[in-house]
Amino acid sequence: MTSGRPLLSSLDNSSVSGQPLLHHSGSLGTLGVSRPADSVNTSILHLARGEPFEVDCLEKDKGRVHFVGDNSFRSANPVGESFDSVVTTKRLQSLDSEFFEEVSLECSTQLSKHLVSWGATAKEMLHNDNNATFSTSFEISRDSGNLGKPKRRSRPKSLQLDEDVLREEDARFIYINDPRRTNDQYEFTGNEIRTSKYTLITFLPKNIFIQFHRVAYLYFLAIAALNQLPPLAVFGRTVSLFPLLFVLCVTAIKDGYEDWRRHRSDRNENNREALIFQSGQLRSKKWKHIRVGEVMKISANETIPCDMVLLGTSDPSGVAYIQTMNLDGESNLKTRYARQETSLAVFEGRAISGLIRCEQPNRNIYEFTANMEFNGQKYSLSQSNIVLRGCQLKNTGWIIGVVVYAGQETKAMLNSAASPSKRSRLENYMNRETLWLSIFLFIMCLVVATGMGLWLAQYENQLDYLPYYRKRYFTLGKDYRKEYKFYGIPMEIFFSFLSSIIVFQIMIPISLYITMELVRIGQSYFMIGDSHMYDSISGSRFQCRSLNINEDLGQIRYVFSDKTGTLTENKMEFRRASVNGKNYGGSLLTADPLQTESISAATTNRRWKLKSTIAVDSELLELLHKDLVGDERIVAHDFFLALAACNTVIPIRTCDGFSSCTDSQFFEDADTMDYQGESPDEQALVSAASAYGYTLFERTSGHIVIDVNGEKLRFGVLGMHEFDSVRKRMSVVIRFPNNAVKVLVKGADNSMLSILAKDSGRDDHARRAATESHLTEYSSQGLRTLVIAARDLTEEELELWQCRFDDASTSLTDRAAKLRQTAALIECDLTLLGATAIEDRLQEGVPETIESLRQAGIKVWVLTGDKQETAISIGLSCKLLTKDMEQIIVNGNSENECRKLLADAKAKCCLKSSSKGSQYLKCNENAEMDYLERPEKEEVPLALIIDGNSLVYILEKELESELYDIATYCKVVVCCRVAPLQKAGIVDLIKSRTDDMTLAIGDGANDVSMIQMADVGVGICGQEGRQAVMASDFAMGQFRFLKRLLLVHGHWNYQRIGYLVLYNFYRNAVFVLMLFWYILFTAFSTTSALTDWSSVLYSVVYTSVPTIVVGILDKDLSHRTLLQYPKLYGVGYRHEAYNIHLFWITMADTLWQSLVLFGVPLVTYKESTIDIWSIGNLWTVAVVILVNIHLAMDIQRWVLITHVAVWGSVIIAFACVVVLDSIPIFPNYGLTSSGVIVKYLETLHHPKLKMPCMLASIAHVHARCLRKMDID
Amino acid sequence: MAMPSFLEEDTTLIDVNRDDPSSSSEGGGSDGDDKSILAHEIESKKPPTYSRFTQQELPACKPIITPKLVIVSFTLIGFLFIPIGKTALSASNNVVEIAKRYDMECIPEIYSNNILHYIQSVGTNKTCTVKFTVPKHMKGPVFIYYQLTNFYQNYRKMSYGVPLRSRIKDTKYMGSRSDRQLTSKAYEGAELEKCEPLEKVGEEPIVPCGLVAWSMFNDTYSFSVKDKALIVNKTNIAWESDKETRFGSDVYPKNFQTGDVIGGAKLNSSIPLSEQEDLMVWMRTATLRNFRKLYGRIDVDLEANDEIAVEIQNNYNSYGYGGEKLLVLSTTSAFGGQNKFLGVAYLTVGGFCFFFAIIFAIIYHFKRREIGDTAYLSWNRNPVGYYMK
Repeated sequence: MTSGRPLLSSLDNSSVSGQPLLHHSGSLGTLGVSRPADSVNTSILHLARGEPFEVDCLEKDKGRVHFVGDNSFRSANPVGESFDSVVTTKRLQSLDSEFFEEVSLECSTQLSKHLVSWGATAKEMLHNDNNATFSTSFEISRDSGNLGKPKRRSRPKSLQLDEDVLREEDARFIYINDPRRTNDQYEFTGNEIRTSKYTLITFLPKNIFIQFHRVAYLYFLAIAALNQLPPLAVFGRTVSLFPLLFVLCVTAIKDGYEDWRRHRSDRNENNREALIFQSGQLRSKKWKHIRVGEVMKISANETIPCDMVLLGTSDPSGVAYIQTMNLDGESNLKTRYARQETSLAVFEGRAISGLIRCEQPNRNIYEFTANMEFNGQKYSLSQSNIVLRGCQLKNTGWIIGVVVYAGQETKAMLNSAASPSKRSRLENYMNRETLWLSIFLFIMCLVVATGMGLWLAQYENQLDYLPYYRKRYFTLGKDYRKEYKFYGIPMEIFFSFLSSIIVFQIMIPISLYITMELVRIGQSYFMIGDSHMYDSISGSRFQCRSLNINEDLGQIRYVFSDKTGTLTENKMEFRRASVNGKNYGGSLLTADPLQTESISAATTNRRWKLKSTIAVDSELLELLHKDLVGDERIVAHDFFLALAACNTVIPIRTCDGFSSCTDSQFFEDADTMDYQGESPDEQALVSAASAYGYTLFERTSGHIVIDVNGEKLRFGVLGMHEFDSVRKRMSVVIRFPNNAVKVLVKGADNSMLSILAKDSGRDDHARRAATESHLTEYSSQGLRTLVIAARDLTEEELELWQCRFDDASTSLTDRAAKLRQTAALIECDLTLLGATAIEDRLQEGVPETIESLRQAGIKVWVLTGDKQETAISIGLSCKLLTKDMEQIIVNGNSENECRKLLADAKAKCCLKSSSKGSQYLKCNENAEMDYLERPEKEEVPLALIIDGNSLVYILEKELESELYDIATYCKVVVCCRVAPLQKAGIVDLIKSRTDDMTLAIGDGANDVSMIQMADVGVGICGQEGRQAVMASDFAMGQFRFLKRLLLVHGHWNYQRIGYLVLYNFYRNAVFVLMLFWYILFTAFSTTSALTDWSSVLYSVVYTSVPTIVVGILDKDLSHRTLLQYPKLYGVGYRHEAYNIHLFWITMADTLWQSLVLFGVPLVTYKESTIDIWSIGNLWTVAVVILVNIHLAMDIQRWVLITHVAVWGSVIIAFACVVVLDSIPIFPNYGLTSSGVIVKYLETLHHPKLKMPCMLASIAHVHARCLRKMDID
Repeated sequence: MAMPSFLEEDTTLIDVNRDDPSSSSEGGGSDGDDKSILAHEIESKKPPTYSRFTQQELPACKPIITPKLVIVSFTLIGFLFIPIGKTALSASNNVVEIAKRYDMECIPEIYSNNILHYIQSVGTNKTCTVKFTVPKHMKGPVFIYYQLTNFYQNYRKMSYGVPLRSRIKDTKYMGSRSDRQLTSKAYEGAELEKCEPLEKVGEEPIVPCGLVAWSMFNDTYSFSVKDKALIVNKTNIAWESDKETRFGSDVYPKNFQTGDVIGGAKLNSSIPLSEQEDLMVWMRTATLRNFRKLYGRIDVDLEANDEIAVEIQNNYNSYGYGGEKLLVLSTTSAFGGQNKFLGVAYLTVGGFCFFFAIIFAIIYHFKRREIGDTAYLSWNRNPVGYYMK
């Protein structure tokens, strides 16, 4: 941002004016000045800034980390002895570890920028004057920051530490601009990426291998193989392969197509081009050919192809802005820096060569540890020097960098965990039942084989003479008296066993798998077509991206939700303001752009407009256009100045034209103003200020330009105290054009009200009381409030502060604490200006959805990358958290701390449960038992709030189970500051410990791993790119559709598939048992009375269509009912539609029905003339009618299609039998043509047959109904 | 008829299915790409087409099985079944059936220790006379059956044909035949492999080949009342379709029963198969090991107390496998032959229906509940909130 111009004009009132020299007085040098003076400074600063707080340091010193926290500050005091402590040690001790975690995890770009800008002081130089090399200073800073130990003692250790981090063998050596040498020793991965699963060669084996994970397929394969043996071939050899081949082929084609699409997108990605320095010239090269060690140039708005260390940017100060949306889902710009030395070199067009030593590839996108040897000196590199693959360069002309990680080794790729193929829970259960069925099958075959053995043994001597069993050739000839086709009784038994397997094979229904696929397609069709789930704003329909897990939607117990963009619209809106004790914004004028226009047109001559329009309060607007006299007016003026100045937002102007405006920051005709900042709140405040005429126009390190009603004012920024979670406020010291110096502070109400001036007059008192009442009002409306205050600084104060500030901000040890102390110097005795209220607009219907989900017994966890405070306030506004909840906050900074916090939390949980007068056990019992609401007697529901830093310790340790216990006990869990993989870790925590189904919903790339990890991943088609949608199983436009998706479609899908599976088991088992009973009457020879064709067509034609139709169309309850009574959703996770009990009941039912089905005709035609094919046909028709009636009885809603399908398939079955009988080559020929069936009908054998079956079903159904009625 | 009657639309309180179409969609819109369910990428910006089908709001009826409905339907079933059962039972009782086992009776005393020899040797006299009395008046036509027991005509012997060489799919007793061969002279040699080992004599095919034909029943009966012979009508005992299509009129028995071991009947090689009705009857393999097959008809009435003498040619070797042979004379009714089971079953089921209807009615009367009473929902019923499975 810093321009080439000297920017000192507004600053140089002090002694430093114009002097580039940095001296002990501790005054400021702007970057532009300090750079040429000594590049060393900044490098030190870099060292000092980042490393001490890096998470990895903490991790690496687990043994010692317990020093961090309270102790660190105490022991830090000797280091910071040059202070005359304003703040007492006690205060310091009270500072908790949050602070560290805040800084370390944020790796705050603002902080770094800020330090680069202001940090270079002579003091620092003096401080480190004993340092021969910079790496030593790096070590010191690292160590002391970490352990808070006196310098002298820690030095030897620190050296070790550094060695630990970048030990030779662990490190990766990258020779800048020398890819050949870089890749010489170690072959680093190229930049080619591959997300596809298969290649042309591996497709067939791999795909088949994956497909055969379905146990049933193996079974069918075995059956098909058996059928190939000539002694056993019951059905045609090739015919028996068809069903399996068909299923395999369909799935393979589907998989192949999906993989082909992945290949295509990989190819597109790999073939994109980038500019690479090759033999001193910039040449275009394909992404996939990029090698580690190459130097490349990226232009504005381009995507970064690999992880690279910045060497230089279009900005002389080495700043670059990137958008990391694809990585962490945050849409705001982040700043990255090139090292000054290299940046200079790049700028001067020198070729750069050097050696970068960096850590091995890892997944942590918030961390990078490396150092660089350049011009014979060692510099450290950190996270702020690296740009990652997938990011986009914004607002910066170009950057030059050296590739350090490429292809699969990039952090982005490492973070995209391979998407596991998901299988629905129900299907897993189904596999279990399939196992049971195979046991039945085995038993049946065993019975047949044993029977066969016994029978043969009984008739062994007669076998030659049995007219129906001849074992010997008696025909004259060479074979005379030779035994034929007889292998001896044991083998006969064995063959009998195998062939009965073949006969009974459809006990395990292969058609079920095809049916399920079809049904799921049908269900998806309805989900996609549901107009209630169409987002008319973004125009996005519901999408089913995965067809395997529809029914899982009905069994969800845990919903893991991202916050930003999922629960909220990710748009902050300035709503209310209390200025000078007066409440504004009660009636906002959005719909009056004309008036606003006229006012602004009249009073300002600005030529830009905001990207977003903001509603303004006319009263306040009018006030602001008055002359700058009067108390009220001045307070309002200061108020809005504070809004515009006290932030870290970067204004970005873009032209309306097509030309790139990135370099045209100073062109006055820039047209659109957009604010980029880490905090959406700040953006909202700045935008609001702009709407009221105080437009933040320009921000550089040393000054800001604010356009006040058309008049451009330049303010010097003397210093800034960043927001931190301890102080809960931020302040900025600015020098007004008239040389007055003011500190502007904004912060959370509780932290602000305590530091307001005490000895205030009556007016102030009234103002304060009024503001406080406004604040209460705002927060009760769910708005996020901030208090704005200011204070004039006298020259003495300023000098004192400045001295301290310079010292602190360049300090290598305990900088944060020192800065905090410094801030305390000026953040006191403030004059209250007012308060603001911002609304983070929740998406429509979010609280209702969450409420419904909760009623449905689903636990909603929010996992967000946001700060703890933000997360809590959003939790409150979406009614996830309620005021009456007791919040357990876990934000430890070390393993021990976390352990302690968890223990406390656990104590709290169990205290609660024991206070209910029950034993400790109840605690766990509850966790399992809370199918419905928790008992009311529990006084305070608990909410667990845990942050990402604690999760680092918890998720990898045995603490995991503790967390699990607490988390499942708490009603609400909010995780803040979590990294993408941690989100997945949390999902995994639940997934691995319970059988409960999990659903993850998110909209950003940072949610991808979570979405893939969860049983069901739902993507929101939001503003944050398409990654989440691409990784998801289902995608939709709004969070609120989740309610309908789960409660309605999930419920239906689950019910349907559950019934479908049971019915399919029933249908085939009835048929097989019928065959089985008959075999018992045929001397255990595997005779089937049915024709082969009927056997084959039974599950394919005779009975399949109604199954599919019912599976797609049947509804037990209407969507209104389901939405009205969310508790109905419980049937899903209680497995009520499909469970082992139902399975056994179905099987018992099957046994009974098959006996009736088989027995009635048998007894009726005992000792009669009936032939086998006639009775076979009778059985065929009867079983078809029976199963269809059974289905008909279970159908909940009859639509026309159901009627057609059910009765139609009975008719079709009948017709098929007739057709089959009229083909002369079949042995059953002529049955129907000679009117035999008709004869049966006449003799009423036939309907008779059905009656008992129907009655059985009726009785069964009724018994079930009655049982239900009794229970209910 | 046993299905519960369908109520128009949904009448339960908790299930109101009728959705107002106007509330659910703005409707209209041109046809979206509804066919591309599988095409994930296609992200239609168009709203989904509204139709009652796609919104799953098709008019439907939902049968609600109310206690009343159950009681009524059970009663109706009872009312329907009991008369049917009664009719069937009485019809069965009206059927007169005489079954006479003769296989042991027809062995001369001297052969009683050597039955197999007796039955297998060609020279022995196998004629025997059996007498029985007609218990009741038997209205013509009176059907004559022979009944065999323990004969697994449904036996399916697995095909262990020589691997690879043979194309045999299915060799079993009931499969040991070539249906194709029987249809026409042209196919005499067709599908002979199914008939192994009785497929050829030398290189000449056997017609009809296979175990089934080979083991054909060959006892003959001639009846006389008071020394006056009764004419046994042996025409039209086989199925029409068999005569017309399955057994060709140009196919003559050939090389039949010429082997070393004679299984059963010999066929007159001058009569085409389409006229050999006994063969047709035999070739309809029976369902169970005990079966009857139609032998012929006596078209005249038999008076009660008539003594019928049957001269039997006891040729068939049922002794080798321990089977019995029975001669059966039976009249028919609308429900077929004599079979009490049918009537009893109907009566039983009908009775049970009545019984349950009454039980349900009593329960319903004393423990009546309104349908759709939300107070009975599990979470309303149990304020503590514990839900036991």
